[in-house]
Amino acid sequence: MRRTYRGTWALLGLAILALTAGPALAQKKTLVVALNQDPDLLDPTLARTYVGRIIFAHMCEKLFDIDEHLRIFPQLAASMPTISDGGKTVTIKLRGGVKFNDGTPMNAEAVKFSLDRHREMKGSNRRSELEPVTSIEVVDPLTIRLRLKSPFSPLVATLADRSGMPVSPAAVNKLGDKFATAPVCVGPWSFVERVPQDRIVLEKSTHYFDPGQAHFDRLVFRIIPDDNVRLANLRSGDIDVMHLVAPTDSLNLKKEGRFEVASVTGLGYTGITINQRNKTGKTQPPGDLGTPLANDPRVREAFDLSLDREAINQVAWDGQYTPGCTPIAPVSPFYDKSRKCPGRDVAKAKQLLAAAGLPNGYAFELTIVNDPQQRRFGEVIQGMAREAGFNITLRPSEFASALTDDDNGKLQAFAIGWSGRVDPDGNIHQFQTCGGSLNTTLVCDESIDALLNRAREISDQAQRAKLYREAIDKITGGRRNVLYIYHLNYILAFPKNLKGYHAVPDGLIRIKGVSWN
Amino acid sequence: MLDFLVRRVAISVVTLLVISLIVFTGVRMIPGDPARVMGGTDADAAGLAEIRQKYGLDAPIPVQYLRWLGLALRGDLGESIRTRESVVWTVARKLPITMELAGLSLLIALTIAIPAGVFSAVRRNTVWDFLVNAASLCGLSVPSFWLGLMLILLLSVRLHWLPASGFVPPWEDVLGNLRRMLMPAFVLGAGLAAVLMRQTRNSMIEILSADYIRTAWSKGLAGRAVIFRHAFRNGLIPVVTILGLQTGALMGGAVVTEQIFVVPGFGRLIVESVFTRDYPLVQGVVLITASTYVLVNLLVDLSYSLLNPRIRIGGGTGGG
Repeated sequence: MRRTYRGTWALLGLAILALTAGPALAQKKTLVVALNQDPDLLDPTLARTYVGRIIFAHMCEKLFDIDEHLRIFPQLAASMPTISDGGKTVTIKLRGGVKFNDGTPMNAEAVKFSLDRHREMKGSNRRSELEPVTSIEVVDPLTIRLRLKSPFSPLVATLADRSGMPVSPAAVNKLGDKFATAPVCVGPWSFVERVPQDRIVLEKSTHYFDPGQAHFDRLVFRIIPDDNVRLANLRSGDIDVMHLVAPTDSLNLKKEGRFEVASVTGLGYTGITINQRNKTGKTQPPGDLGTPLANDPRVREAFDLSLDREAINQVAWDGQYTPGCTPIAPVSPFYDKSRKCPGRDVAKAKQLLAAAGLPNGYAFELTIVNDPQQRRFGEVIQGMAREAGFNITLRPSEFASALTDDDNGKLQAFAIGWSGRVDPDGNIHQFQTCGGSLNTTLVCDESIDALLNRAREISDQAQRAKLYREAIDKITGGRRNVLYIYHLNYILAFPKNLKGYHAVPDGLIRIKGVSWN
Repeated sequence: MLDFLVRRVAISVVTLLVISLIVFTGVRMIPGDPARVMGGTDADAAGLAEIRQKYGLDAPIPVQYLRWLGLALRGDLGESIRTRESVVWTVARKLPITMELAGLSLLIALTIAIPAGVFSAVRRNTVWDFLVNAASLCGLSVPSFWLGLMLILLLSVRLHWLPASGFVPPWEDVLGNLRRMLMPAFVLGAGLAAVLMRQTRNSMIEILSADYIRTAWSKGLAGRAVIFRHAFRNGLIPVVTILGLQTGALMGGAVVTEQIFVVPGFGRLIVESVFTRDYPLVQGVVLITASTYVLVNLLVDLSYSLLNPRIRIGGGTGGG
């Protein structure tokens, strides 16, 4: 009997040894990247999620791309486009000898096919981006010509995102609206498989025109939503690259010394959107909300003056993000370096409230997205504003519900971010123009519209920057329908022996050119 | 018997119809516009209208329900809005993963609980009994999220013994599968082990003080023979009852465990589909789960009726 027990224990010991002795680290020819969210459809025409763009960066290249200094450069185009006809004709030469990952040629016909699909396909999320384009012509096998309704400066930046991604016509014709299940584009890696909520696997393409840039046989994108779990997986070696490291964790990782922590200020912003005229819904006529916050600019100015953006950054984000007070991030060439953000002035805030007939303070509700980071952000704002006489009630809400409530005019104030676009037009126009698709506060000022519309039409950067400066003066100095607070930094962590990584302000991970040392 | 069968099947069909109605309307009561979630923050009004039309979200809810029910009756639960994969196929891929996790955690729970419970009962009121009880209290009170993270930090980050997360199908790599499932199964099984251990202990203490056991002792039988041959089998009966009741809870617990260990199972599928307002997926997942319960209940009722004729004649055990 005793001998039998000994045998059992020995077997148990061997089993534990076998289970724990296997290789815990990922194989070196496979790079494992952890994302915080599962992308939506892997179809450049239909996709909308930010994380989806990270997958596309490796298997769906674009006509143009941006570098770490936000300069646009030709990727699948052979050169920068030629603009003629007063800005209404854009001619693009394509790189020769490029093949899709199914071996079919990427030529002018294929690019026209793709851009027309982006413009016309039912449910396309690219249609509004390419709305200024009226037609696309094939000039020769490697040249296309875009005709526009009116000059539209942000077009090249638009083509440096999903709108500029050619898809294989052969694959589209084969798969139809199921293209997302086996997408084929041009890229250093090609699609292998997707297990929803778990992983997306890509392998090195045999058709890519610059194969030397792909140093890994396979890329595995794993979906790990929880920040702590993602971090534990990085430390254990189960993943090689961690996307969106939390600010506090980034400081700890730096101290550990094993990991490189790359941080770059993003193109977007986070602010507090203050509803002013949206009473019954974004698509309904504006109405009078009847609240001092909506109707009295002095109350909004007082709220603005109660906030210390630098302190918010230190307390809520351990100083790892970038304070700001405009929709344009400091990384943009359009950023106004001479602008000073309003400093905190509690005394003046109290004076303004008193002048607005609210000497005993004012109470309102601020909706925040219900996650730990945004709750902390909301609490810091709540504490700061209290000193100036604002009694803020925080209303945590799930993201999708909050967006719907915002559209329907149910929110007084909403702390919400925008991921940002390369061209400043994408950060301002649709939020600030009368009837803009994202103008949920329903404010309208034709003088601001005129400035923003003019900035779309001209191509001179200095003139455009001047127009944006004037518009932003009016937005942040008067109507304050959005109080811009900070620009999120994209923080990425990976082992120190991973070399060649360049952080680009769009925050997308680009593994092309990256290798183990 | 045929009458009974028809009656039970009819009740099950009505139950399923009611469930389908609750599921369908319940999903639509979740705040947040699915078109907005799909279209993203930058979707304009025309884009949103197009999405609603494409997925039939612009039709009145009764029309949407009948359309969905008609397809569901033909076994077509639609396709995921997010991935375009068929709902049935998605569930078929996820369910076995969670079942494996639940099965392993059950195994771990039994392996820990039964010997510990017996040991604790035999050595009751000793320091060993106290230690085993303290351990079971920990198993009951420690949140699985915390326990999971601590295990990852110890076994994966510090010792590099086990992978921190992920899943490999057993047919691809059996050892790799077990290495990845060990920690989640332990975390999921810890709470169950605690419950079972306490039940085993109580049950064994009761049995060990029974007259027939005293007789066995007085006959001079060896301790091991008394405990395992005479007491253990009877002591297990209430444990098995509790085990049956707790097994369903394992599936619920898997939701949290799968999140911590990034196991792509049924639990994560439910959570993600709710957050992304993937209506067809949420509806399909809940309907399949509910149908399984209804089917199991139906089979149980039928098996009762086979075992006890009074049930099929009177429609109940107490009716007569």
